[in-house]
Amino acid sequence: MTIDSIINGIVLDHISAGKSMEIYDILELSKLDCSVAIIKNAVSKKGGRKDIIKIDSIIDVNLDVLGYIDPGITVNIVKDGKIVKKSHLELPDRVAGVIKCNNPRCITSTEQELPHVFQLADREKGVYRCVYCEAKAGHGAS
Amino acid sequence: MKDLISITDLTVEELQELIDKALDIIECPDKYAEKCKRKKLATLFFEPSTRTRLSFEAAMLELGGSVLGFSEANSSSAAKGESVADTARTVACYADIIAMRHPKEGAPLVAASAADIPVINAGDGGHNHPTQTLTDLLTIYREKGGFSNLKIGFCGDLKFGRTVHSLINAMCRYEGNEFVLISPEELRVPGYIRKDLLDRGGFKYVETDNWDLLPELDILYMTRVQRERFFNEADYLRLKDVFILTAEKLRSAKEDLCIMHPLPRVNEIERAVDDDPRACYFKQVLNGKYIRMALILKLLGIE
Repeated sequence: MTIDSIINGIVLDHISAGKSMEIYDILELSKLDCSVAIIKNAVSKKGGRKDIIKIDSIIDVNLDVLGYIDPGITVNIVKDGKIVKKSHLELPDRVAGVIKCNNPRCITSTEQELPHVFQLADREKGVYRCVYCEAKAGHGAS
Repeated sequence: MKDLISITDLTVEELQELIDKALDIIECPDKYAEKCKRKKLATLFFEPSTRTRLSFEAAMLELGGSVLGFSEANSSSAAKGESVADTARTVACYADIIAMRHPKEGAPLVAASAADIPVINAGDGGHNHPTQTLTDLLTIYREKGGFSNLKIGFCGDLKFGRTVHSLINAMCRYEGNEFVLISPEELRVPGYIRKDLLDRGGFKYVETDNWDLLPELDILYMTRVQRERFFNEADYLRLKDVFILTAEKLRSAKEDLCIMHPLPRVNEIERAVDDDPRACYFKQVLNGKYIRMALILKLLGIE
């Protein structure tokens, strides 16, 4: 199966197989007017399967959010048909508005307007904790 | 440092500064009698607390300042649905410093972000209570002369007791301390305290369900088994009386043992122990006022 190469846009490569739709939703790609291609279960040269998302426009992508959801992703910025920037993601120090704190004793449970902010507590294990109550969010939890 | 939300907000050096200041206040109280003249402390207590609120108020009054505030959520705008951030911003127009207790974890952090005056966390649910830890630390310093090479026993509810977690956290910043964790199996310290603090820091510790190591302790920190932490009344009734410190047991303890308790006590320390010179829990209450005086001065930037 082939998808046309993009001239100016973004390629999110090495997405863990099966995660592309979650990323599509969180980055709100459905709101874009440009073409967006989702390739699921592509064969990876590194072995195994991967998902790929190609966006036919250079948009602002929140790399922190992306890094939290799937830190193995590579973000390629393509201009005039060439990759001009390749970013390897890592777990961000802080994420806002991605993970919801489920601790019923947390202040965020009663004050709806407060942003849900999590801080990376253990990079090795990918553990994030709520900045307000320090409740643990399992990596990948929403 | 603008606020005090968690004990870990303080570096070891800042903590020592507070201890030194408290010792100077104890030594020369007159010098501090008017340091906070014309300054106001707002005590915003969204849930009741006798000791902590009175301690803050007494501290500010002894510094020559004045106090205002409320002692339960019903008498505040929270009852009308006002957010913590709005309450804090409003109070910041009237007062110079805020001490806040709130049943929800993280509420003082929200207040600190909203208000442009210092905010002290006076307890947020079962989460943090840094001024209790400061109180405990001043007591240890006064009784033992330092924070290193101590064998510290914690007894009772080590699972839900926030004062225990916080004090272990603080004492793990000093060298050579050993911990004896005495509790029923069901009330042992949470895994993260064991793994993240004790194991990672390479500290020696023992978890036990008996008093056998009492003779080796320099400090014994007793805690109450808290009824409100149990979903099941039967479990509470089964566990509440497992560890009661008696004068009889203390016969085998060191002569310079320091017995501490964050209070209130129910029955976990027999009344007869109160007359033992090793009982330090009422001294702890007094230390709480001095360390809060030192903290208020530091956060207000007054020497």
